[in-house]
Amino acid sequence: MPSTRDIRRRIKSVKNTAQITKAMQLVAAAKMKKAQDQAANGRAYAELMNKVLVSLRENAEEGVHPFFNEGTGNKTLVLLIASDKGLCGALNTNLFKALINKQIPGEVEYITIGKKAVQAINRLRRTLVADFPIKDPARFPDVRVVGKFIQDKFRTGEYKQVLVCFNNFINTVTISPTIEKLLPVNPVTLGGKRDWVGVGDGSAPAEAKVDRLYTFEPNAAAVFDSVLPQYVNDTVYQMVLESRASEHSSRMVAMKNATDNAKQMIKDLSLEYNKLRQAAITNELLEITTAKMALE
Amino acid sequence: MPLKLEIVTSEARVFPTKDADGKLGSGMVDSVLLPGSDGELGVLPMHAPLVTTLQPGELRFSIGGKSTDLAVGEGLVEITQEGVRVLTDMAVDADAIDEKAVEEALERAKKSLAELKPGEQQEEVAAVMAMIQRSTAQLHLKRKRRTV
Repeated sequence: MPSTRDIRRRIKSVKNTAQITKAMQLVAAAKMKKAQDQAANGRAYAELMNKVLVSLRENAEEGVHPFFNEGTGNKTLVLLIASDKGLCGALNTNLFKALINKQIPGEVEYITIGKKAVQAINRLRRTLVADFPIKDPARFPDVRVVGKFIQDKFRTGEYKQVLVCFNNFINTVTISPTIEKLLPVNPVTLGGKRDWVGVGDGSAPAEAKVDRLYTFEPNAAAVFDSVLPQYVNDTVYQMVLESRASEHSSRMVAMKNATDNAKQMIKDLSLEYNKLRQAAITNELLEITTAKMALE
Repeated sequence: MPLKLEIVTSEARVFPTKDADGKLGSGMVDSVLLPGSDGELGVLPMHAPLVTTLQPGELRFSIGGKSTDLAVGEGLVEITQEGVRVLTDMAVDADAIDEKAVEEALERAKKSLAELKPGEQQEEVAAVMAMIQRSTAQLHLKRKRRTV
């Protein structure tokens, strides 16, 4: 049976933990607001860009730009975006699970963003070709480097496709681990919704299927040359933003749960402590009364 | 039949704007005038499908005879018979341009361009050049409006 002193000590330690998790919750909440706004602001642009390019892909002539077709090689390049820090619930675990469950045929190589992603790839003994540290909050020039690297890799033709595995931010409590095909140009899901369903799954809305013969000014190659690299960079950036928003939301929720649990524990321990104290007092009183009665 | 116009920048949706209830406007306009890669481009309903890159300059659209000017940056334009989609890195309403701030930004950009060595940091040079073009486009629009 624990003594009152033991319980007092435990209460104190739990209180300290609660204080720390509470502080982390507040920090995460502040960062979350910013990250969510950032992700939400860029979403319209990335979605529309994707929509336009996917519709152009149908009309583009064969071989007008390498980003519209699969490479000749059999390899797959996967960009894995995870967080730098832990203590954010099952966020990263769920993401890695989704990646493992997705059976990608052929040889797979990985690019990572975030320390947790590097650790996971090393633990799984997969091939890591590059790791990019990206600060928080994410800045576009940092991400552009990643986009450039992916484009250079894809242009070699060794890779059949480029996939991105990231946490899609839907709302503060719902985050869905998502794997999307970045290259060749494909419809992607951002913010949990695919604004327009693509050609591949045959569910494109009727109006989008109308064959439009676009005129390109000055010509198709020039337009795609200037737009597609930008598209890759923007999309990767948006995916990083979604991941960051997910990370901070997830951490906020995890820390809130931790704080709540600690508070409950303090309550339970205090109850036990008070019971013990009462019992001790009753015991003492009994002893005093019995001693007095024995004397009389 | 009006045209449906959509203008989106990497930061926000510029047009159609949301009304007080947070509902998106219809985005219907009568005509759009925009700076394409091969010169100015006037778009009316039932225009032939066209895709072009957007150059920094002025974009004007009119609704019921009332026209609005925007300064735009580089980007992509998709024109179909039903509408126009503009994707750009900047779109500022003429009234929202702060001339002094833009001038300062232009100065800064020119200064940093002089410091950068061409050929060495291509990406930075390109970014600064884009900044200069954007600022110039804003200034042009603002000054033109004043002289009218």
